[in-house]
Amino acid sequence: MRKESETTLRFEALNKFIDQSRPLHDTQSLLMGTLHYTQELFGYIPRQAIEFISESLKVPTAHIYGMVTFYNYFSLKPRPQYQIHVCKGTACYVSGGARVLERLKQELKIEIGEVSDDGLFGLSVTRCLGCCGLAPVMQINEDVYVRVVPEKVPTIIATYRKKKLSKKMPVAVGEFEHPGKSE
Amino acid sequence: MSTLRPKGELKTMDEKKVNLTIDGLKVSVPAEMTIMQGAETIGIRLPRLCYHSRLSEAGACRVCVVEVEGMKNFVPSCCTKVAEGMVIRTNTTELLQARRDIIELLLDNHPEDCQTCERNGDCELQTLAQQFGIRERLYQGEKKHFLADQSSLAIVRDPNKCILCGKCVRVCSEIQAVNALSFSHRGFRTNVGPAFDLPARDSVCINCGQCTLVCPTGALTERDDTQKVWQALNDPDKIVMVQIAPAVRVTIGEPFGYPAGTDMTNQTVTALRRLGFDRVFDTQFSADLTIMEEAHELISRLNHGGKLPMFTSCSPGWIKFCEHFHPDFLENLSTCKSPQQMMGALIKTYYAQKQGLDPAAIYSVSIMPCTAKKFEAARPEMKASCFPDVDAVLTTRELARMIKQAGLKFSDLKPEEFDDPLGESTGAATIFGVTGGVLEAALRTAYEAVTGQELGKIDFEEVRGFQGIREAEIDLNGKRVRVAVTHGLANAHRLLTEIRTGQRHYHFVEIMTCPGGCLGGGGQPRPTQEVEVMAKDFYQQRASGIYAIDRKKVIRQSHKNPQIKKIYAEFLIKPLGEKSHHLLHTHYQMRSPRGLATLRPDIFNL
Repeated sequence: MRKESETTLRFEALNKFIDQSRPLHDTQSLLMGTLHYTQELFGYIPRQAIEFISESLKVPTAHIYGMVTFYNYFSLKPRPQYQIHVCKGTACYVSGGARVLERLKQELKIEIGEVSDDGLFGLSVTRCLGCCGLAPVMQINEDVYVRVVPEKVPTIIATYRKKKLSKKMPVAVGEFEHPGKSE
Repeated sequence: MSTLRPKGELKTMDEKKVNLTIDGLKVSVPAEMTIMQGAETIGIRLPRLCYHSRLSEAGACRVCVVEVEGMKNFVPSCCTKVAEGMVIRTNTTELLQARRDIIELLLDNHPEDCQTCERNGDCELQTLAQQFGIRERLYQGEKKHFLADQSSLAIVRDPNKCILCGKCVRVCSEIQAVNALSFSHRGFRTNVGPAFDLPARDSVCINCGQCTLVCPTGALTERDDTQKVWQALNDPDKIVMVQIAPAVRVTIGEPFGYPAGTDMTNQTVTALRRLGFDRVFDTQFSADLTIMEEAHELISRLNHGGKLPMFTSCSPGWIKFCEHFHPDFLENLSTCKSPQQMMGALIKTYYAQKQGLDPAAIYSVSIMPCTAKKFEAARPEMKASCFPDVDAVLTTRELARMIKQAGLKFSDLKPEEFDDPLGESTGAATIFGVTGGVLEAALRTAYEAVTGQELGKIDFEEVRGFQGIREAEIDLNGKRVRVAVTHGLANAHRLLTEIRTGQRHYHFVEIMTCPGGCLGGGGQPRPTQEVEVMAKDFYQQRASGIYAIDRKKVIRQSHKNPQIKKIYAEFLIKPLGEKSHHLLHTHYQMRSPRGLATLRPDIFNL
């Protein structure tokens, strides 16, 4: 029940956002802004939201789907609460970034691009966070960790596990099927 | 040449001209033109894959690049405007190498299955590779590994053969307003398909097949049902009957080298018999029947306060469009089945009874200019005899393939006549194949049914032509009946929107899915590569063929068809009667997903 009402509230918020922004923008920028808002609001872009936006902005779903799948910022699946970016740029790589990555995989029991079973952690690789002098570097959401050694990984992860779940924890809106892929 | 027609209004283009040099020749062309169009004025047809003169510019494939003096890079001629003093070269060795490189790059991740590809011999990519003398492959690129979408009954989409030119996306959006297709994902994973990567069957695709006409490769094709039909033809327990649509007879000659519009009616009858069909009937007979039912339905709606305007229901793409996009208009659709489905119903009931045949043993095939007919035939409600009205639908292209497989030569075939009684037809039925024809045919009958007087002038010139929306007012016994004709669903969408808002008022509207009507259907032969799909002159040629057949007919009004009179006398009793209701009429349903059509800024005229 709680889940349903929360979904309803989010769609109401989305509707309000569109109504308020509509007079200020042309359809294309309104669509972009609305998708950003939706991503923030739900933690991902549910199919129902695409259909809602399509009806509201009079843009066909196929075109919205095209935009959502084009930009890396948007996600069709709920995103983890904490996205871990491990740098594998040259400096980080030579100072042991790869070993940090391996340790994270062990600790979280996931591969690159996957999300941990509890929905808390996602793992991805990035190229250069702009502080090569402090290599190896990794970033968890907005927090940057420097001179990381594999042994530090469990402690860092534990601090995030302890943190209370923020209110922005994504709420799954139905099941999102992703057919049509062979791989 | 029709392909030379530039986009936009010619009037405004004449206002300003610019002077430039192309390959050393001084030319003066309208300032609005692109370099590609400018080059065409002096007979240079630059190679192209993503360009279509009636669609928006994409600049996606780059094979049309040219050299402009003073510019750092080669520019795509299809989307670069001409300018005063430009010095352009179109065939330097560097350019030819650049184009060759681009084609090779496209081939690098293209499946190497030309021999088994449906477009073998008529593929634009293959033709370019051949023209540019590419005889060996230097690199093996990474290939795409998508699954082909086989879910649709009408259209097969194989993303591995897609070169991402985007013509299908544009035709679906700009001409048909359906927007079933869009680019999705990014980089090497970029794909063209329906929203949410849904299978076509579950999308808003209306099966019109215009995408299969503009696709330069084998990425979008009709579902090939020829094997199914060959099997039925060789099954000794089946009596195989075939019907052929009006628009097929003027285009079936094209794949065999006959000019567009050549009347191949009787040679096609012969060819079908040679292929093994036991009975060859004419969809034009059931087109006449459609007119009887539809004209009386119109009169009944006019007299008894029925839902108006009434929309024609022959074009199955339009029907599905209405069900997805405009469900509030479903009651405005004529309840008449399309001629294909009426013929199917009659074959397995009226004809089977007459001949003492078991409808279970009859295999009913139709030859259509249309991919959407494949979907229509499979609708669960189309089973008047408890068996499917139509068992298999072949497009014009598929029939051409079967004739070629059988090695039949049209030039050596002695023309033969259709089988009785479902082979007799009038000129009114022939013009079903061209936009405006159904409406004109209905008026030819409705006029006499309402007024009781002979129609002086059979031709309703005012509803003919290729304007996107045409309207007329007809006097039926003092009652002014307002009619309209539209073709191409973007135009239909505008018309419906304006009817809804009260800007337009009609009693009767003909809506055809494809630009030009059935003669431009998604199952028609693709024109040769120098002629574009939707080229006005080319479609005009096909239309002239249809009107010529109409003019030659002695009887040009459906209600005067003697076999139609007979079928009412001995079987159907009267139009809109109980038998008709059961066999010849149908119903519609709202479909999901709900479609959202986009309004084109202008009316699309061929």
